[in-house]
Amino acid sequence: MSNNQSESVTDVVERVVAKHGRDATYMVQILREVQEVMDWISPEVMDELQAALGVPRTKIEGVAGFYSFFYLEPRGRYRVLFSDNITDRMLGNRVLLDRMCSNLWVEQGKLSEDGLVSVDTTSCTGFCDQGPAVLVNNVAITHLTDERIDQICDLIREQVPVVDWPTEFFEYQDNIRRKDLILNSNIAPGEAIRAARARAMAPSAMSLGRGDHARAEVESLRMRALSPVECMPATHENPGGSVTLISEMRRSNLRGRGGAGFITGLKWEACHNAPLKPGQQRFVVCNADEGEPGTFKDRILLNAYADLVFEGMTVAALAIGARRGFLYLRGEYRHMKDHLEAVLSRRREQNLLGENILGVQGSEFDIEIHLGAGAYVCGEESALIESLEGKRGTPRNRPPFPVTHGYLDQPTIVNNVETYASAALIMIMGGEAYSRLGTPKSAGTKIHSISGDCERPGIYEYPFGVSIAEMLEDCGARNVQAVQIGGPSGVLLAPSEFDRRVGFEDVPTAGAFMVFNNGRDMFEVAKNFTHFFQHESCGFCTPCRVGTSLLTNLMDKLDSGHGSPYDFNEIEKMNQLLLSMSHCGLGRTACNPVLHTIAKFRHVFDKRLMSDDFVPAFDLDKALAVARQMTGRDDEGAHLKTMVSFGEH
Amino acid sequence: MAKTFTIDGKVVPFEEGETIIQAARKAGVYIPHLCYHPEFKPHGSCKLCTVKVNGWQTASCTMRAGENMVVESNTDELNSERRTLTQMLFVEGNHFCPACERSGECKLQATAYDLGMMTPHFDHFFPNRAVDASHPDWMLDFNRCILCSLCVRASRDVDSKNVFALTERGIKTKLIVNSKSGKLGDTNFSVTDKAAQVCPVGVHIRKRRGFAVPIGERRYDKAPISDLSHEAAVEVK
Repeated sequence: MSNNQSESVTDVVERVVAKHGRDATYMVQILREVQEVMDWISPEVMDELQAALGVPRTKIEGVAGFYSFFYLEPRGRYRVLFSDNITDRMLGNRVLLDRMCSNLWVEQGKLSEDGLVSVDTTSCTGFCDQGPAVLVNNVAITHLTDERIDQICDLIREQVPVVDWPTEFFEYQDNIRRKDLILNSNIAPGEAIRAARARAMAPSAMSLGRGDHARAEVESLRMRALSPVECMPATHENPGGSVTLISEMRRSNLRGRGGAGFITGLKWEACHNAPLKPGQQRFVVCNADEGEPGTFKDRILLNAYADLVFEGMTVAALAIGARRGFLYLRGEYRHMKDHLEAVLSRRREQNLLGENILGVQGSEFDIEIHLGAGAYVCGEESALIESLEGKRGTPRNRPPFPVTHGYLDQPTIVNNVETYASAALIMIMGGEAYSRLGTPKSAGTKIHSISGDCERPGIYEYPFGVSIAEMLEDCGARNVQAVQIGGPSGVLLAPSEFDRRVGFEDVPTAGAFMVFNNGRDMFEVAKNFTHFFQHESCGFCTPCRVGTSLLTNLMDKLDSGHGSPYDFNEIEKMNQLLLSMSHCGLGRTACNPVLHTIAKFRHVFDKRLMSDDFVPAFDLDKALAVARQMTGRDDEGAHLKTMVSFGEH
Repeated sequence: MAKTFTIDGKVVPFEEGETIIQAARKAGVYIPHLCYHPEFKPHGSCKLCTVKVNGWQTASCTMRAGENMVVESNTDELNSERRTLTQMLFVEGNHFCPACERSGECKLQATAYDLGMMTPHFDHFFPNRAVDASHPDWMLDFNRCILCSLCVRASRDVDSKNVFALTERGIKTKLIVNSKSGKLGDTNFSVTDKAAQVCPVGVHIRKRRGFAVPIGERRYDKAPISDLSHEAAVEVK
């Protein structure tokens, strides 16, 4: 991952562009692969790309400028990014960052004078259960300590290539603490595909097993599925097969695990029924852009249950009649790509992907991995598709929806990693058995990423309907002040609400579960989340682009003691505007953390208020910060008195 | 019988495939907008044209009209939110109307007047944006850019030149031009381009022709932007 001196810019660009068939829809992949060799997207790289791809420079620049992990300015041979989720903050990441900066004689966000290294922060990297964490040239290092920081600094100073760093640096844990349906499953590769085929062939075999105990049912069905089944292609010669599989999905009542909770079977059905123009096809996309701060369950599913996920995608392909699939993996999970490619290769060898899957003529499906490059908004399905097409990750205008006009304007389903894992199991156990798990409106199980103030952070799978209190008990959380469920865009719950239950009826969640004990300042939590939304706003629509910045400014104003109740009204008004005018869910939920904190932890705001009357945000002393930095002074004489004492004179 | 829907109680006919704002314009109903232009594919980013359709808020430039839709547009609630959007656009950039060559021709200014915006309300961001005067006949004042992408669309879809694009993201999003130097003078931009004629604000400025029409006698000085008959005469030329 460091500059290979033997290869010229022209050679690198030519190699990468040729690998991707000179296809500009692979722009994000091309930029990433070139940068992995060249360290940044230099003007020369841009020249070569322009020539090799035959696209306007503005197109390349527009895409490269959108994603956090593409650099249009040199960022050094070593690019260190500290995960800056609130959980990393609580584990002391800021002290470690300062330590590294002073160790390496570099200022945060700037390139070192020798051009060797840059140190900065990035949004949650998905290691909240084992932070503080950093990415060094996109490789994750967890469990940071003072000692480890010093070691990293030494390795950078000695210019040791990252691949030669001690392997224990790159070890991380799955931390699976509670297993249920998905995490207990141990299916053989191909099992769910075979089960789906069997169902597609025999529509009458839908209501298998009526045992009371769902777990026993899974076992019995597992045995059945393992027995040899004559297979037939479901979609090409037996069009009824698709309908059977989709019915099975609908019977399961599985709802999307990405947070919105749309009925998966309905999505598949809409895509299956979408008309195809000549030359068009249908696509299966797995959304592994797990960007919601505090969520890391997809990392574990892809690390330890990749077969199950790919199996689910293959089943989906069978159901909707797709030949191509994409796994859109967030850029922060670059370190898992080799593992996942290996699983895909093995599955091709096992005849579970590719042509004539399991020996069935005409049955064809394959999966490509696309990496993101640091953009939370790409978790929104239409933004994800834009990114897959090599564009800026801006959410599309809807309707039309991806099920009819998705990837390259063709019918596409986009589902969460966990949704596909669940779909694979539904094919084995049957939709009806699955629907009996969980609660009436929230069938099945949900995997939670628990982090923050608890003894056993990690991965917990529960059937829907579990209470917050039970989860807190299981993870060993004491003196809990609050729990943030579903990440910053979700809900903040106070102790009086811990009897509430997880499910679409009560507390919906995409899987983040961050615990805050009585020692935490909830204002800091809200402020961290507000900055997160500002950083991740795509900038397309006015309300979110400007509103998230205004909200951040308001929070910083409150933090500096210049707030008044007037500002609460401003936040409330901003929320209304973002709710009604924003282009996508990012803007619509951006005010949630602040509003929930005001509603439930008002005292943390009150103690920051200096006055009941309006106080202007302008702070004369703060305005002199630039001058202080330029002169290198920070003594008392370089400061004005605060606004309040100013007024008392 | 043509299909119809209603806007603020008024019956509006529409043809299949038309958006709400298109049908409304034909029926003489003004819906505030900045990034929409009848000649280009809608962008849907400024959100000024947001209306309520059967109670749900959506951008009227991207939403297709449907039979019997009940659309609300000219309501206190929506106009108040639109006014806030114009305030956001004003504080995000550097808009000094009294000194701007486009004063009186500027849609942002005219829309703000029409919506009754009296103050910027929010603290100004005062971004640091350089002016590009590299082209012999044309100047770009990025301070006034509202990221509507109209010049981007015009250059791409009409001129087939791709001179303009947006880059970066979030509050840092900015307009760029298609040259290695980043300067307009190094592109194949021409003053006769469609892209030169569509800026709703004052980013695109012709050199050596300042204040040809005195302030006070300009388009929106004579009639408010909501006066559609006069607006249509200018836009559909």
